[in-house]
Amino acid sequence: MSASPEPRLTASAIAASVRDGSRKAADIVEQHLAAIAAREPEIHAFNLVLADEARADAARIDAQVAAGDDPGPLAGVTVALKDNMCTRGIPTTCSSKILEGWRPPYDATVVSVLRDAGAIVVGKTNLDEFAMGSSTENSAFGPTRNPHDITRVPGGSSGGSAASVAAGFSQIGFGSDTGGSIRQPAALCGVVGVKPTYGYVSRYGLIAFASSLDQIGPFTNSVEDSALMLDVIGGHDPLDSTSIPQEHPSLREAIQQDVAGMRIGRITDLPEGADPDVVQRLEVAFDTLRAAGAKIVDVQVPAFTFGLTAYYLIAPAEASSNLARYDGVRYGMRVDAADTNAMYGATRAAGFGDEVKRRIMLGTYALSAGYYDAYYGKALKVRRLISDDFDRAYQNADALLTPTSPSVAFQFGAKGDNPLAMYLCDTYTIPSNLSGQPGMSVPFGTGAHGLPVGVQVLAGTLQEPTMFRVAAALERGTAR
Amino acid sequence: MPESSAPVRITPEVAAKVAHLARLDFEPDELVRMTAQLDGMLEHFADIDALDLSTVVPMTQAFPLVNVLRADVVQPCLDRDEVLASAPAAEDGRFRVPPIIGSE
Amino acid sequence: MSKYDGLPGEWELVVGLEVHVELATATKLFSASPNRFGDEPNTNIDPVTLGLPGALPVLNEQAVELAMRIGAALNCTIQPCTFHRKNYFYPDMPKAYQISQYDQPLNVDGFLDLPNGVRVGVERAHMEEDAGKSTHVGGSGGRVHGATYSLIDLNRAGVPLVEIVSRPDIRSADDARSYVNELRGILLAIGASDAKMEEGSMRVDANVSVHKPGTPLGTRCEIKNVNSVRSMGRAIEYEARRQIDLVEAGDVVRQQTRHWDETDGRTHTLRSKEDADDYRYFLEPDLVPLAPSAKWIARVTAALPMLPAARRARLADATGQPATSEAVTIVVERGQDDYVLAIAAAGGDAGRALVYVKEAFADSPNVTAADVAALTQMEVSGALTATQAKTVLAELVTNGGGDAKVIAAKHGFEAIDTSEIERFIDQALAEDPDAWQKFCSGDAKAMGALVGLVMKASRGKADGRAVTASLQQRRTDRS
Repeated sequence: MSASPEPRLTASAIAASVRDGSRKAADIVEQHLAAIAAREPEIHAFNLVLADEARADAARIDAQVAAGDDPGPLAGVTVALKDNMCTRGIPTTCSSKILEGWRPPYDATVVSVLRDAGAIVVGKTNLDEFAMGSSTENSAFGPTRNPHDITRVPGGSSGGSAASVAAGFSQIGFGSDTGGSIRQPAALCGVVGVKPTYGYVSRYGLIAFASSLDQIGPFTNSVEDSALMLDVIGGHDPLDSTSIPQEHPSLREAIQQDVAGMRIGRITDLPEGADPDVVQRLEVAFDTLRAAGAKIVDVQVPAFTFGLTAYYLIAPAEASSNLARYDGVRYGMRVDAADTNAMYGATRAAGFGDEVKRRIMLGTYALSAGYYDAYYGKALKVRRLISDDFDRAYQNADALLTPTSPSVAFQFGAKGDNPLAMYLCDTYTIPSNLSGQPGMSVPFGTGAHGLPVGVQVLAGTLQEPTMFRVAAALERGTAR
Repeated sequence: MPESSAPVRITPEVAAKVAHLARLDFEPDELVRMTAQLDGMLEHFADIDALDLSTVVPMTQAFPLVNVLRADVVQPCLDRDEVLASAPAAEDGRFRVPPIIGSE
Repeated sequence: MSKYDGLPGEWELVVGLEVHVELATATKLFSASPNRFGDEPNTNIDPVTLGLPGALPVLNEQAVELAMRIGAALNCTIQPCTFHRKNYFYPDMPKAYQISQYDQPLNVDGFLDLPNGVRVGVERAHMEEDAGKSTHVGGSGGRVHGATYSLIDLNRAGVPLVEIVSRPDIRSADDARSYVNELRGILLAIGASDAKMEEGSMRVDANVSVHKPGTPLGTRCEIKNVNSVRSMGRAIEYEARRQIDLVEAGDVVRQQTRHWDETDGRTHTLRSKEDADDYRYFLEPDLVPLAPSAKWIARVTAALPMLPAARRARLADATGQPATSEAVTIVVERGQDDYVLAIAAAGGDAGRALVYVKEAFADSPNVTAADVAALTQMEVSGALTATQAKTVLAELVTNGGGDAKVIAAKHGFEAIDTSEIERFIDQALAEDPDAWQKFCSGDAKAMGALVGLVMKASRGKADGRAVTASLQQRRTDRS
C-alpha cells in the first residue's frame, strides 16, 4: 500500500546500520529523494524539499561514522517537519502567505534535538494554514493529496507530514496536534500518529495556534518508531514553562509488555457520527485486544460530546491572541499603508486565508468585553467537566478505545462551504487535547473504498507507556 | 441554517467592532458572509448553555505546574543584522513602520 | 489629609498615582537578553523579545525577588498570583499583547507613609513586561503628529516592570511629589530599581479629579507624559484647575487620558479609538501560576534594609532635629546618615555633625568620622567659633582629613574662655552706655552695636553666640 522503496525498516534498525557502517546515510537519503521525485508532484506533501541540505547532512554523518565518531542515536533517519516548526535559516511559513519566505533566526527545541541525534531533515511539510483545519485544504500553497487516493484529502492539519510517511518520502514525519491534527491525518493516511501528554514535548519553536492545547508528535509506520521518537524528543525544556519537569520512562521498553489483564474502556456515550466501516474496524480492534488478554469494560464520559464546542471557543480565542503578532512590523508580509493601523488591517486581510480569519474573529469575539463569560469563560468550565469525566473513566479503565476519524479519507471539497461540517472531523480527538492527555491513532485495516482506518487509543495523564502497550498489541493483531 | 426564531448571536455591527479589534479589513460583502458564518457557529455552540456550570471551576492548565522560574543570567542575543534582514522595512538598526496615529 | 491651598472655593483635589518602575535585573522578565539602558538599538533581542513565531516566555526569578521586595517595603500582602495577556496592537508591542497581572497580582493592600504623616494606600504592585521604544521621524519635535514614519527599537521590550498603584489618598500636588520622592528613596534603599525618571526607569501617571468634601468623588482623568517630579506637580495643579473651571462653567469632566505638554504647560487629549480599551484579558497559557513560598516571603521581608522613614527617625533621634527638617531629609536622601552616626559614635556632637555633613559633603565624605568628631567637640566646647569651625572643616575636606587642633592652631584660632568674654563685654558696656540702655528697653538692634564692639576688641575670636547669650542674661539679671 505504501510507496516505500524498501521493505519497511524501523528507525532504530536504520540508525543501527548507519552507525555500524553497514548502511550509508547518503544511500538512504537518495532513496527517499527518489521517492519524492517520483510522486511529490502529484502529492505535494512538501512546501520545501531540502535535497541539498539532506545530502550534506548525510555526508557529514557518514564522515563521522568513518572517523569513528558518534553520529547520534538517530543517525541516517530521515524526517519531514511540519512547516510550523522553526528551522533556522530555512523558510517556515505555516502554509500562510503572511509568513511566505520567512526564515527563523532560531531552531525549535525539537528540531535541535533531532539534528543533534543525527536525524536528517528532508523537507518542510504542508499543513492547513496555521494548523487550522482537518484536510490540508486550507493551505495557501495548495492542498496535499492522500497517497492512497489522490482524489482525497490526507487529513489535517498535519496532512503533509502524514503523507510523507505514507508515501515513503521520509522515515518519520513530525506534526502538531491541537484538536486532532496528528491523529486524524494519521488515520486517513494509514500511519501511526501520536499526541503526547501536554507538556511531554517542548513547544519552544512550534509556531503557536492554541497554546494550552498544542503538542508536537510523530508520524511513523510502526508503533516502535513512534516510541523511539518520543523517547528522543520527550522531556523537560527550560525554554518552555509548560514543559513537564520530569524524566519520562522509556516507551521502547514499555511496548515490550503485552496487554494481558489490562482494562480497555469502551465509551458507551460516545457521540454518534462515525461511519459504519469505521465502527466495524473498532469492533475488531476490541476483539483483538480481548484475544490478547485484555478485559473490555464499559465507561461513560458524559461531557465528551461537548468537546467540540468548548474547543471551538477556547482554541480560536488563544489563536486570536497568538496570531496578533502577524502585523507586518518585524517579519513576514507587509501591505504598506498611510499609518500603522491601516497597515495592520490591510496586511492581515491579504495575508490570512478565510479559515484563519474566521477563527480569529470567533476567538476575538469570545474574549471580548461582555461576551467573555458567555463564551470563553463557559468553555473553560466545560473543559473541567471533560477532564473530570476522563479522570473518573480512568479509575475503571487503563486505556480507552475510540474511532480516530468518523470516516475514511473524504474527497476534496466534500465538506463544502460549511466550516462546521469540517469541524466534526475532530469529534473524537478533541476531548483529549482539552484534558491534556495523550492519544494515538494506530492503523487498523481498511474501510470504505479500501481506504485506511485508524483506531484511537487514549490514556490518562503521563500514561504513555500504557497507551503504547495497547497500540503495540493492536499493531501485532492487525490484518495487513 | 439557523431558524428564524433563533436569537441572532452576532450582528454586523458587533462583527465590525470585532474585526477592528482583530485588525482585519473586510469588504462589506465579506463581512456580511463572515457574520452569517459566525452566527451559525455560535448557534451550534449553544449546546453548552444547557449545562449547569454554576459550581464548576474553570480549567486553565492542562498539567498542574507552579513556580517555573529562570536564573537571571544573560544568554547570547540574536544577531541584529540577521533579524533586520527578515524585516519588511528597517532603518538605522530599527524597524521602520508608517506613522503611528491615535492612542495604542 | 492636607488640603491644597491654591484651589479656589471649597474644592478638594484627589490624586492617585500609578508608578511604573523598571527592575534592576540583569536580564528581561521573560527571556535572557540583557536589561540595559543606552545600548545600540535592537542589540538586546531574542526570539521572545521580538515576539517571533514559536517563542515562549520563562519568568525571571530575580525579577520576582525584587517585586516581592517592593511589596514588602510597601507593607503589602504578598500572595499567589497569575499572569494575564493584555491584548492590543501597537508597533512597540511585539506580540500585540503585554504579559501583565490582572485579577491576581503579586502584591496587594499596602501603604506608604509620607514624611508629613499622610498615609497613602497602595492598592497593588504587580509585575508586567515593558514595551519597546518608538521614535517618530519627520513632523515637529519628534512627536507623533505629522510624522512621516516611525522607527522601533525593541531593546526595552520585555524589561521587567512593577506597576505600583496607589489609592486616591493624595490631596495635594505637594503630597504627590512627596509620595514619588519617598517611593524613589525606598526603591533605591532596597535595590529594586535605580528609579530615574529622566531615563524612564521610573514613570508616573497621575489620576486627577476634583470634588467638594462630603460629595462623591469626581470623574478622574489620567495624566501621562510627566517626565519629572516637578512637572508632575505642575501637571496636577493645571489639571485640577482645568477640571474646576469646567465644572464651574456648568460643563462636565469627561473620563479621558490626557497628555501633559511641558512646553505649553497644559494637558491635552489624544484622539482615541472607540474600542481602545477592550484588552480581552485572559490567563496567559504559556506561563504557570506563581506562588512564592512562605519561606521565601519571610526571607525577603526579613532582609529588607532600613527604609528612609526609619533612617530619618533614627537620625532625628540622634541629632535632636525634626525628622522632617531639611538637614535630616537631605542627609538621609544622600545616604550620609550612617556617617553622621559614626561621627557621634566616635565621640562627636551629632547635631553639629549633621550640619557639617549637609554643608560640606555633596555625597561621599572623604574625611574619617573620627576627624570630624574631634572638630565638633572643639566647636561645642567653645574652643572654636562657628565661623572658625567652618574654616577648619573646609580644610579637612580639601586635605581629605587631618587634626582639627593642628589646623586651628595654624590659623591662629585661639580659644577665648568665658571670663575673657565677660571682660570684653564689660568694656563694651562702658564704651557705649547708650546702646546698653536701648538694648535693655527692648531695642534688639542696639545689641548688634554691643556685639560689634566685643568682636572688635577680641579681634573676632569671641563666639558671637556666647556674647549674645551673655548680654541677654545680663539684661534679664538687671530686671
